[in-house]
Amino acid sequence: MMPPPVIPSAVWWAWVVLLLPLVGTAGIALGWKLLPGRLAGYLGSLTVGLSFLAGIAAYFSLEELPPEGRKLVSSAYTYIGTGNLNVDLSILVDPLSVFMVLVVTGVSFLIHVYSIAYLGSDRGYARFFSYLNFFVFSMLLLVLAGNVVLLIVGWAFVGAASYLLISFWYRRDTATTAGIKAFVINVIGDVGLVVAAFLILDRLGTLDYLGAFEAVRQVPEGDGTIVAACLLLLVGAFAKSGQLPLHTWLPDAMEGPTPVSALIHAATMVTAGVYLIARFHPLFERAPAAAAVGAIIGTLTLLFAATVALVSTDLKRIIAYSTISQIGYMILGVCAFAYSAGMFHLMTHAFFKALLFMGAGSVVSALGLTNGSIDRMGGFRKAMPFTFATFTIGAGALAGLPLLSGFFSKDEIIAYTLHRGGLYTVLGICAYVAAVLTAFYAFRMVFRVFFGEPVPEAEQLAEGELAHVEPRNPLTGEEEDTDVGFPGPEHHIAERSFPMKAAMAPLALLAIVGGVVAIPGVTAGVETFLEPTFADSAYLLDRPPEGEQITGLVIGGVLALLGVAAAYFVYLRRPGLAGSAQRRLAGVHAFFFNAWYLNQLYDRLFVRPSRAAGRFGRTTVERVFVQSTIVGGASGVVRAGTALARAIQTGYLRAYALLLLLGVCALALYFLIASG
Amino acid sequence: MGIAWFVVLSAFIFCIGAAGVLTRRNPLVILLCLELMLNAGNLALLSFARAYGNGDGQVFALIVMVVAACEVVIGLGLIVAMYRNKLAIDADEMSELRG
Amino acid sequence: MIFEQILFFLAAAGAIGGALGVVLLRNPFFSVLALVGHLLALAVLFLLLRAEFVAAAQVVVYAGAVMVLYVFVVAYIGGIEEPVGPSAGPLRVLGPLFAGVLLIEIAIATIGSGLRAVSSAGPAVGDNFGSPEAIGALLLQKFLIAFEGASFLLLIAAVAAVVLAQRRRGLEEAGGETPLQIGRRPPTGPQADDPAAAGTGGPAGRPIDERTPTAAQGS
Repeated sequence: MMPPPVIPSAVWWAWVVLLLPLVGTAGIALGWKLLPGRLAGYLGSLTVGLSFLAGIAAYFSLEELPPEGRKLVSSAYTYIGTGNLNVDLSILVDPLSVFMVLVVTGVSFLIHVYSIAYLGSDRGYARFFSYLNFFVFSMLLLVLAGNVVLLIVGWAFVGAASYLLISFWYRRDTATTAGIKAFVINVIGDVGLVVAAFLILDRLGTLDYLGAFEAVRQVPEGDGTIVAACLLLLVGAFAKSGQLPLHTWLPDAMEGPTPVSALIHAATMVTAGVYLIARFHPLFERAPAAAAVGAIIGTLTLLFAATVALVSTDLKRIIAYSTISQIGYMILGVCAFAYSAGMFHLMTHAFFKALLFMGAGSVVSALGLTNGSIDRMGGFRKAMPFTFATFTIGAGALAGLPLLSGFFSKDEIIAYTLHRGGLYTVLGICAYVAAVLTAFYAFRMVFRVFFGEPVPEAEQLAEGELAHVEPRNPLTGEEEDTDVGFPGPEHHIAERSFPMKAAMAPLALLAIVGGVVAIPGVTAGVETFLEPTFADSAYLLDRPPEGEQITGLVIGGVLALLGVAAAYFVYLRRPGLAGSAQRRLAGVHAFFFNAWYLNQLYDRLFVRPSRAAGRFGRTTVERVFVQSTIVGGASGVVRAGTALARAIQTGYLRAYALLLLLGVCALALYFLIASG
Repeated sequence: MGIAWFVVLSAFIFCIGAAGVLTRRNPLVILLCLELMLNAGNLALLSFARAYGNGDGQVFALIVMVVAACEVVIGLGLIVAMYRNKLAIDADEMSELRG
Repeated sequence: MIFEQILFFLAAAGAIGGALGVVLLRNPFFSVLALVGHLLALAVLFLLLRAEFVAAAQVVVYAGAVMVLYVFVVAYIGGIEEPVGPSAGPLRVLGPLFAGVLLIEIAIATIGSGLRAVSSAGPAVGDNFGSPEAIGALLLQKFLIAFEGASFLLLIAAVAAVVLAQRRRGLEEAGGETPLQIGRRPPTGPQADDPAAAGTGGPAGRPIDERTPTAAQGS
């Protein structure tokens, strides 16, 4: 008599992690009327906070298991159970998914806390937290999924949550347009993902992760179907992560409230693409061509985004482009098969990017807006010391200043990339160039916003008066009101609200010390933790030697300091330099400012023909063909047919009598003929 | 003197009556033509009664006469009502049930 | 035999003449009189067919009572000449036409089919045939239910006649019945070109076009 198999507690904890935000969503959505004031915010933060704690419990219980046994599958029920296809509602609890769970729930919790205060006066308060919890649930579903089907479900939910949150202030036309744009581009990625799923099922016979990864070992390298599947996975990843050419939605997505930008478009959703590639690494290792394509596009993106961030003036957009750029680094990392480096950068990026967005939220609140141009900002250092400190820490981590977290993670990726050799060497050098640009634009932000002559709002704030302007759309200047569907009347800065400080402080701390877990030669926390997942990788032991890594760190640090020094020189020492450079290189400046004119290109290539096709459909096809011919024709035929019947109903007695007689004649004739 | 003569005669009268119903506009005359048709039917019934040596046809004819009487009563009552309500005594005017 | 045949033709001529008179005479009073003549001719024919009781009933009840009813109504209404107005054109032709068709069909049926029953004069029947005793026996034995039903029908007709002829009380001003407005409609139907289809085609067509612009504005 065998004892029943013991289900490791990690699995239970994983289910708790997954289901708590779902409970939060449903609870807040259904009971929002019972949640006065900020209760919805506390409730939403509580569910995600508990989810984070459950994630920590899952981490510890996973660590108790032997390394080979750290891939746990738990199925809720069998969704499809035919002979050829078996799809369960199953989650996979392994180090990679627990890593993502911790990052997602941790950062989400802090952002929930930040939002308690930031959206304090918004009429859609409860709705926001319901949506945020829904997003966290979807993201957790995505990372915990144990098969491709559930991944796609989570992927689609995340897209939907992103749409809902970008268009949160739904009475703003710019916001709803941005939401639709994000959704449409995400759908392109969804299509890639779904077709990739078909190809995987066709070639490997199963959609289950562990089964598929087992089966792909029998597949020869460079197999056509697998390469195609990987390329399509890349399409999905690029759409979700905002890489070239499917990146245009991310800057526009800054229309959403700042916590949304912090959570979705910095820390979690856009990293789903990186997670996807890391998760499907057995397939990518069988298709090095696809991985090379991914790496190239990742590098192109990081250069492109860095150049645009250099000249943009909208504060949140600069940070958005820097997100695109940094994710390019992560994609480069995982496509160069440096998985733990990529994931490490994912983690540190989540910290400092969320921190940057939170700081940006505080600054634009000081202007009385929800977004703003850095041309209108300056000298906020004295008025907002806390925001200044945290923002600078975030910018420093972004730039890769020595000993901050970004320093270790970014340079680890570049070291691995250079170690790969061949094509990757070129990519690595491009990454170094972009690192200089990154440091430059990061501190361009700091110097422009916090240094220099204080703008009127900063002076008022220094005297204790928070700016209050007529509500208007920051992008178009349109007048608004503060009712449902628009931002609330009050704007909150970090200095004055405890929840915002309580959220930003831990992130600042993590941004500083987060690099400790992976100091080359000293600690290898991330790598060790993630090793069971990537144990089947051919490149697991192909690490650059310590010497190379330290050299890389040194080079990276020097480049970062160079970039910061250049920014200091341009913006603080010789303030007119930027202006004159802009005038002299006006063409280049315009090219970068308009994001390499890609939006305009897409408009001409796709949007206008689609709109013309739609117009053609409405006027010609719909009106002439469908309405007149088919609908009109059908009803016309019926009308004509019944006209005959109607004609008989004349109301004239004698006409009816005639018809009677006619009938009698006909009957008589029939009987006459029938009887012979 | 075969029965056929009587039957053909009854058919003739029936058809005259039918033509009259269709051609005349005065409801009174229409009723009269209806009477014609009924009587033609009676004639046919009685012819066949004689042909089979059966009294059933004659009883049938009597009942038809009863029915004709009732119908005349109702019809004339309708015409009187029409007249009383100042409606035109014209079948073509009574066309409100048109579709 | 000859006597019978002569009598038959005379009575037939009278019947047909009366029928034609009913249909063709303009004045309804004359039509009524023609019908009376027709009924009397028919009574003679009934006698030829050995239906004595029915013939008597025809004369007494039909020609005597029902026609008198007609005469009363014609007198009440007035012998209005039928207006020579825009009467139904096609019906003037189609009516007699189809009646003729029916006649031909029945004639063919009767003569052409060679039925044994109609070609003979019928079996020899006793003196009792067609007498009141025979009819009475049949009515009260074989056709009792029909008899009772007929009496019921007469009752209903009598009640209906009373209801129809009733004056509506209290609805009209002193001294007159409520006049009804009669709408004059142009003749439509199979004889007129069909304005019905055109009439409903137009208004129904317009909403379709109106809907499309609003749908366009919605997008």
